[in-house]
Amino acid sequence: MKREKVIQVADLTKRFGDFAAVDAISFDVYRGEIFGFLGANGAGKTTAMKMLIGISNPTSGQAQVAGFDVFTHAEDIKKNIGYMSQKFALYDDLTVRENIRFFGGIYGLSRGRIKEKSDALIEELGLQGAAHKLVGALPLGWKQKLSFSVALIHDPKIVFLDEPTGGVDPITRRQFWEMIYKAAHQGTTVFVTTHYMDEAEYCDRVSIMVNGKIEALDSPKLLKEQFQAANMNDVFLKLARG
Amino acid sequence: MSITLANISKSYKSLKALEAISFEVKAGELFGLIGPDGAGKTTLFRILTTLLLADEGTARVTGFDVVSDYKKIRNSVGYMPGRFSLYQDLTVEENLTFFATIFGTTIAENYDLIKEIYVQIEPFKDRRAGKLSGGMKQKLALCCALIHKPEVLFLDEPTTGVDPVSRKEFWEMLKRLQQKGITILVSTPYMDEAALCDRIALIQGGKILQIDTPQAIVRHYPKPIYNLRANKTYQLIKALKAYKNNYSVYPFGEFVHYTDQRTDFDPSELKAYLESEGLSDVVIEKTEATIEDTFMELAK
Repeated sequence: MKREKVIQVADLTKRFGDFAAVDAISFDVYRGEIFGFLGANGAGKTTAMKMLIGISNPTSGQAQVAGFDVFTHAEDIKKNIGYMSQKFALYDDLTVRENIRFFGGIYGLSRGRIKEKSDALIEELGLQGAAHKLVGALPLGWKQKLSFSVALIHDPKIVFLDEPTGGVDPITRRQFWEMIYKAAHQGTTVFVTTHYMDEAEYCDRVSIMVNGKIEALDSPKLLKEQFQAANMNDVFLKLARG
Repeated sequence: MSITLANISKSYKSLKALEAISFEVKAGELFGLIGPDGAGKTTLFRILTTLLLADEGTARVTGFDVVSDYKKIRNSVGYMPGRFSLYQDLTVEENLTFFATIFGTTIAENYDLIKEIYVQIEPFKDRRAGKLSGGMKQKLALCCALIHKPEVLFLDEPTTGVDPVSRKEFWEMLKRLQQKGITILVSTPYMDEAALCDRIALIQGGKILQIDTPQAIVRHYPKPIYNLRANKTYQLIKALKAYKNNYSVYPFGEFVHYTDQRTDFDPSELKAYLESEGLSDVVIEKTEATIEDTFMELAK
C-alpha cells in the first residue's frame, strides 16, 4: 500500500535579504503520521512552518500542503489545516461553548454541524459541567485539550501544533498525547514543532533543523542509534553543537 | 541552613497557592523545585525573596526572618524572576551598571563572579536588552542577579522556553556558581533537569509531594515498571487500559510505561493478550522508574 503524502516539500527556501532563514529544505509527511519538527531558537523552524500554513511566501522551492500549493493556493491551505499554539489558542473571555461556536463559524461549519460538534466535543472532554464557564477560568490542562479539539473542529487533514504542551503537569501532558495518538489513528496528520526533546520522543518521525537546514530526519529510535545517544536531547546536542 | 521554611501557607482569595510547606536548603546546596505551572513555585519564590507575605508559617533566608529582617535578605540574595524583568530600553551594560549601583557596588568589584557568563554577552554590551535573543537575555538576567555577590540565588524557571543547547550551558553555569559557594534554589517544569540538582522537592497544587535526592526519589515508585511498544501505539494504549490487571498506563516517548497490579506479573501473558487484541511486534522490557513516573504516581 502506498502511503498518501499530505505534505510535500522540495528545496523550500526563505530569504530575508542575504540571510537564508530556511535553506532549501526537502521532506514529505504522510497521512496519519505524527511528525516532529525540531530546531534550536533561531534555526528557522517558525519561518518554515509559516510557509507551510500559508501565511508567509517562500522565496523559492516547492511545497504542497493538504493537496494545495503554498504559492498559489495559500487560502485553501488555511481552510484545510488546523492550528494550535501555546501563545494563541482560545478566547479567555468567551465560554467553552462560545469558543467552539466561534471557531466552527470561522471554518464555515453550518449551525447544525456546530451544535453537533459542540455536544460531542464537550462530552468527549468531560466538560459538561464547564460548558458555560469562561475559558479563562479553566485550568491550563483543560484549555490545552479544548484548544486541540477546536483545532480539529473542521476535520482538517493536518493539524499544526506549535509547542503545545509546555508547562502542564505530566499526567495532563500524557492525556494530551493520547488525544494526539487518537487523531493520528483516525487519519489526521499531526505536525508538531517543539524544542522540548522529550516531546520529540513521542513522534513517529522527527526532523531537526540547524541553521536553516534539515540536518537529520528519522524515527527517534533510529536517530538515537545513528547518533549513539541515549535520548533525543543528546541527539539534538550532538547535532547543534557539532 | 541557608533557607528554612516552616508551615508556609498562602491563598489568593479561594485558591490555596501553598499549603503548609516546610523544607530546608543547606548552605551551598543546589536545590530544585520541580512542578508544573500553577504548582505554587513562583509564590514560594516571592515569599522567600520578601516580595510577598505568607498567610501562615515562618521562613528564614541566610538566618534572617522574611518578615522582620526583609531588608537584610534583599541585600544578600539574588533573584531572577520567571518573566524577563530587566529594562528593555537600557543596553546590556547599562542594565548591569544599574543593578550594581542599586546594591552599592560596581561591575569591577565583583567581575570575577560574572566574568565567565558576561564575556559571552559582552560583544553585545551596547545592544538594548529588548533586542537580545532568549539565551542572551537569560545570561544578562543571571549577571544582574549576581552582581552584588549574593549568598543565595533564587532562579524561577530560568530555562523555560530556552532551547536544549542553551539549557545545557545554563546548568553548567549553575554548577560552577555552586562551586563558588552560592546556595541555589531553582525551579523548573522539566523533569530531566531535576537530575542535575543535589536534592529536589516535587511540588503540585501547592503541596510538596516528596523531597529527596534525584537518585533516591525514584525509589518511592512502588512497583516494577515496563517499557512496552507495538506496531500501533494508540491501540496499544487502549488495549492496556482495558486490561483488567493494569495499575497504570502512560505513554512515555516511543514507549508506553506499564505497571501491573499483581506481584506475580507474567509479561508473556500480557504479550499474548495484546496479540489477541490484534497488535504485533509487541516488546515488553523491564525499565527503571524515572522522576516523572514517580511524580505521576505521587500526584495521583
